[in-house]
Amino acid sequence: MSNIKYILGSFGDPDELMHGIEKLQENNISIYDVYTPMPIHGIEAKLGIKRSRIDIAAFCFGITGTCAAFALIYFCAVIDWKVNIGGKPSFALPDFIPIMFELTVLFCAFGMVLSYYASTHLFPGRAPRVMDLRATDDRFVIAVDAKENAEHTVIDGLLKGAGALEVKYNERKYISYE
Amino acid sequence: MSGHNESILREPLITGNDITYAKITDDILSPVENKPNKAWWIGFIVSALGALLWVVAVSYTFWNGIGAWGLNKTVGWAWDITGFVWWVGIGHAGTLISAVLLLFRQNWRNSINRSAEAMTIFAVICAATYVVSHMGRPWLAYWVLPLPNQFGSLWVNFNSPLVWDMFAISTYFSVSLLFWYTGLLPDIATIRDRAVGTRRKIYSIFSFGWNGSVKTWQRFEAVSLILAGISTPLVLSVHTIVSMDFATSVIPGWHTTIFPPYFVAGAIFSGFAMVLTLLLVARKVLGLENYITMFHIESMNKIIILTGSIVGVAYLTEFFIAWYSGSEYEQYAFINRSTGPYWWSYWMMMTCNVISPQLLWFKKIRLSIKATWILSIVVNVGMWFERFVIIVTSLHRDYIPSSWAMFYPTWVDISVFVGSIGLFFTLFLLFLRVLPSIAIAEVKIILKSASEQAKKKIIAEGSEKKEYVDEYVESLEKFDSVKQEEYAKI
Repeated sequence: MSNIKYILGSFGDPDELMHGIEKLQENNISIYDVYTPMPIHGIEAKLGIKRSRIDIAAFCFGITGTCAAFALIYFCAVIDWKVNIGGKPSFALPDFIPIMFELTVLFCAFGMVLSYYASTHLFPGRAPRVMDLRATDDRFVIAVDAKENAEHTVIDGLLKGAGALEVKYNERKYISYE
Repeated sequence: MSGHNESILREPLITGNDITYAKITDDILSPVENKPNKAWWIGFIVSALGALLWVVAVSYTFWNGIGAWGLNKTVGWAWDITGFVWWVGIGHAGTLISAVLLLFRQNWRNSINRSAEAMTIFAVICAATYVVSHMGRPWLAYWVLPLPNQFGSLWVNFNSPLVWDMFAISTYFSVSLLFWYTGLLPDIATIRDRAVGTRRKIYSIFSFGWNGSVKTWQRFEAVSLILAGISTPLVLSVHTIVSMDFATSVIPGWHTTIFPPYFVAGAIFSGFAMVLTLLLVARKVLGLENYITMFHIESMNKIIILTGSIVGVAYLTEFFIAWYSGSEYEQYAFINRSTGPYWWSYWMMMTCNVISPQLLWFKKIRLSIKATWILSIVVNVGMWFERFVIIVTSLHRDYIPSSWAMFYPTWVDISVFVGSIGLFFTLFLLFLRVLPSIAIAEVKIILKSASEQAKKKIIAEGSEKKEYVDEYVESLEKFDSVKQEEYAKI
């Protein structure tokens, strides 16, 4: 048993998965991570994951876009080369708004999504760290670190008791893609 | 939590009896994982020929200049801008479905958003090619960017809606692409984990290493919500700015403040029509009747009635205001539209956009797949004529009667337009083959709460009031994928 790195409880139903998490937590067994084919609401609270701060990042990126657009237009149209259009003021703020808005959205979207990719280590060609191939299909998988939690039979029992269809003992952290 | 029950008074969003998470994956991925059938090949070959025509016509335009088109000095914009606005408008439904309906928590969007977003991207590609080719010297297209002043001339004119439009369209395209692709990651990972060999390697690269851990999903949902929040004003701004290309000029018939809302409503109207045109066929050919149900079709038809009526009111308002303005030129522009040499295009627009969509008030028509499909095409024909009417009839009789002219398209005009439709369908058909046409993960979310089988289970438990059950069963009559007999037994 010493080679086992991770114990995976594979559930067929999200509610049973939640039940499984509760059971493990009641018995002070730490959960490494949970892999699901769809988002499950309420799971992050249960696992004690903090609220994402991506919204703050999004706001900062957005406001940067607004300022960048304003600065560009102001420099071009007001400072560098004023165009005399019927004697009207070259600092025509209402005309600047559409581009300021578009660049706000552009900076916000790209900044936020790229920070999301960076924070969750998503990038093209990254080797997928997958513990169970069915976790993107029809299984909801709880992964428990087997080194930290020594009582494997207890874990097995708890997972099965909560409704796990299958309990796997992985000798490698990630099974796929070598 | 995924396990809560939804009221049985709401129509189910997934029909069928033995739908499991595995079955959802299998059903949706079956066109991706299997060899294409004959219908696909026929569609693909026809579309690819269209796309080839597009390549020829656009290359011809690039080589010879826009003199290849039927434009003259009076009508300086015609099929090019008509096609551009038409395609951009079609694209809007995708963002509307994915963003606006997400903000309003309309769960029925979950099974149509993916293909509608794909449609958006392909439609904007078609639109963008018009913009580039109508420039005349497309290799200098980058001059629309505010580049440092090294050409001895000026910066771009930031007061011009055409420059705003460049920013709007490119932002719209890139943000839509980002939104669509980020949403695709979990589904690409699903394909990856089921594939073997080279396929697995390819999908592995494009899945960005997605593994579906809790944090990834949590942030994914936050990102989706914020993207929806910023895409909603974005999509409205894009067509507003497109309409300002016209509205800020001083051409009678264009110079009106009603243009932005009128264009946006028209865009949603034509976009939903195109979604229906595509999905009614895709649902049948790909066997997705359980996921794209009659409820989805009816809901889209209702949006078409609403936006079609807004467009109708806008046409009448425009006409009224032209008269009420007391401006001779405004009045003439509208009299000329409806009774001048282009009367047929005006009445074509009126019939297709205002009159025929009203047929959807009848439940029978709204629930008939054939009628809906035909009407969706009629709407798109009408919307093309709307742009043609706005552009050509406003230009062809200008202030000097001696320069009045008509517009006659050349074979190049026609080929660019027909070809762009071919290009659009080629891209869409390829999309159906390589990527899931329905957002798999998002459909799985609603399986336990909003599916027919979940509701049936509630009924079988017998704790619901009888009149609720009766009303629910009655609402199921419209579904072509539900067997009524099974409810008689309960």
